[in-house]
Amino acid sequence: MSQYIIRRLLQMIPTLIGISIIVFAISQLVPGDYITATQNPNLTAERIAQLRALYGLDLPPVQQYFVWAKNMLVGDLGQSLQHQMPVTKVINTYVWNSFIIAFFSFVFSWIIAAFVGVFSAQFQYSFFDKVVTLLVFLLMSLPSFFIGLLAIKYFALDMKLLPTGGMTTAGLNATGWAYIKDVGLHMFMPVVVMTTLSVGGLTRYFRTGMLEVIRQDYIRTARAKGLKERTVIFKHAFRNALLPAITLLGFELPGLFGGAMILERVFNWPGIGQIYLASLNLRDYPLMLGFTMFLAVLTLLGNLISDVLYGVADPRIRLK
Amino acid sequence: MEQPSLNRTEQLQEQLKIVKAESPWRIAIRRFAKNRLALIGLIILFIMAIICAFGPLFSPYELNQTNIKDKNLAPNAQYWLGTDKLGRDVLLRVMLAGRISLTVGLVATAISVVIGATLGAVAGFYRRFADTIIMRIADIFLALPTLPILITLGAILSDLKIEPSKRIYFLMLIIGILGWVGLARLVRSQILTLREQEFMQATEALGLRDSRKIFRHLLPNTVPIIIVSATLGVAGAILTESALSFLGLGVVPPTPSWGNMINAANNLIDFRKRPWIWIPPGVCILVTVTAINLIGDGLRDALDPKMKSR
Repeated sequence: MSQYIIRRLLQMIPTLIGISIIVFAISQLVPGDYITATQNPNLTAERIAQLRALYGLDLPPVQQYFVWAKNMLVGDLGQSLQHQMPVTKVINTYVWNSFIIAFFSFVFSWIIAAFVGVFSAQFQYSFFDKVVTLLVFLLMSLPSFFIGLLAIKYFALDMKLLPTGGMTTAGLNATGWAYIKDVGLHMFMPVVVMTTLSVGGLTRYFRTGMLEVIRQDYIRTARAKGLKERTVIFKHAFRNALLPAITLLGFELPGLFGGAMILERVFNWPGIGQIYLASLNLRDYPLMLGFTMFLAVLTLLGNLISDVLYGVADPRIRLK
Repeated sequence: MEQPSLNRTEQLQEQLKIVKAESPWRIAIRRFAKNRLALIGLIILFIMAIICAFGPLFSPYELNQTNIKDKNLAPNAQYWLGTDKLGRDVLLRVMLAGRISLTVGLVATAISVVIGATLGAVAGFYRRFADTIIMRIADIFLALPTLPILITLGAILSDLKIEPSKRIYFLMLIIGILGWVGLARLVRSQILTLREQEFMQATEALGLRDSRKIFRHLLPNTVPIIIVSATLGVAGAILTESALSFLGLGVVPPTPSWGNMINAANNLIDFRKRPWIWIPPGVCILVTVTAINLIGDGLRDALDPKMKSR
């Protein structure tokens, strides 16, 4: 197993190099740089040249790439031009805001999907199952920003039940429980919307898994033994239906830490996704590049975790 | 006793004949027609496409025809979906936006399919070196964070000051290029098994050129999975385009698209007081994408019996 993991980690290296080249090349296509994007009229030509030299923007692109890649190897993603602090620190500051909403929606969507999926499989072709199937398709087809906007309009603006956006009430400066309650209220809509968006596909996955399991012989045996239907479903079938879903856990990794750009923008949530969108407007290359690489690493690690979990969950699979 | 059993044999033979005469495509169509949700999806998509394609011809208004006198009207008998801040008819804009959004989705997917099918076929057919290279590139594209890349490219298009009318072509290209990997992998794995089959030995014996083997004999056998993957791809491409346009980085005004019409919601007054400007395009995206997903799922059940349970 450890050999497998090491080999997979080594295989990531050429992929990451490829990604870094593509990402860097794309960022070089952008006309203008941070200095021109700030549009500061007070800067003299001399000062502009000085600043470019300071940030290494005057070097030829190939050289810039190698400087960036070399620093990345030692965990230095450079200095964010906009935030005036290391990119790693910017990511570390905001990623937890993203994580908190992603984590809650992850927990809720898995619980809901597991139960709805299992019931819908147990009563396949029933009215309930048909409604679930249609709902699943609707949820999978929802444009995230649209449902986010609808939620803000009706629940925050019209009914005034919830805050319109942000993470805390401005000027409240609450501490302790009051702070947690405040953040909780602000989190409510983003979490619900994120859950809604991810629950569809997952439900479908659980339903399929359950359908495969309940057709197997040992389920028939369990029924033949005269076990209660509930015992058959939850003790015998459910556990095995969960197994294939374990591989999905790994794929959740980029979603948990990568931020939801569009939803964070809609709900004005101070997560890493929104910071990324803002860094784009100001051409803050180090942050843009660093964050994109961060996402790529998360994706690759997630894939690896999925494969490993698959081997752990199902002993019939041998990882080589 | 004899008579009925003979009849039974005859009946069976009859049935066998019918089954034998049915082509795989016909079976697929029959299976698809039985899937009620997929049929509903097909009908909805058809209606949607017809309205978007021909609706504007019956509209008394014109694209970008502004009428300040009638600005910000709620839906009424004259303007069925109301008007926006420039007095443009929202219904007409929704229909024209539908043309753009559907076209972008279709063309982007077509680009993905051409790249994906070709690369997948080449990798599966030549194996060894070509396979390693193509699949390595596929790995890179697979781990590439698509949305950040699309957003960056969208910003570059804005910076290069590309005309809005030409911009949609670049957009199709970008969305298409980033979407080929899934199909390439599917086609490759199919070709890997297909190339070992007997009909390929026949093509070898006939001395056919490689390109002919790939495009005339191997790829046609992968058409079912290409159709399924492409259908679901269109749904994804429409969603991607709408998200980018919503952020102002996809299709940009004055060209209307469903996504950039929802962008009006960034204006607080339009957002709160004039929902008729941004809700109809959102509903259109939702309905269209759901319909396409239903069709895609129906096609998967119909064309790929092995994946039926999914």
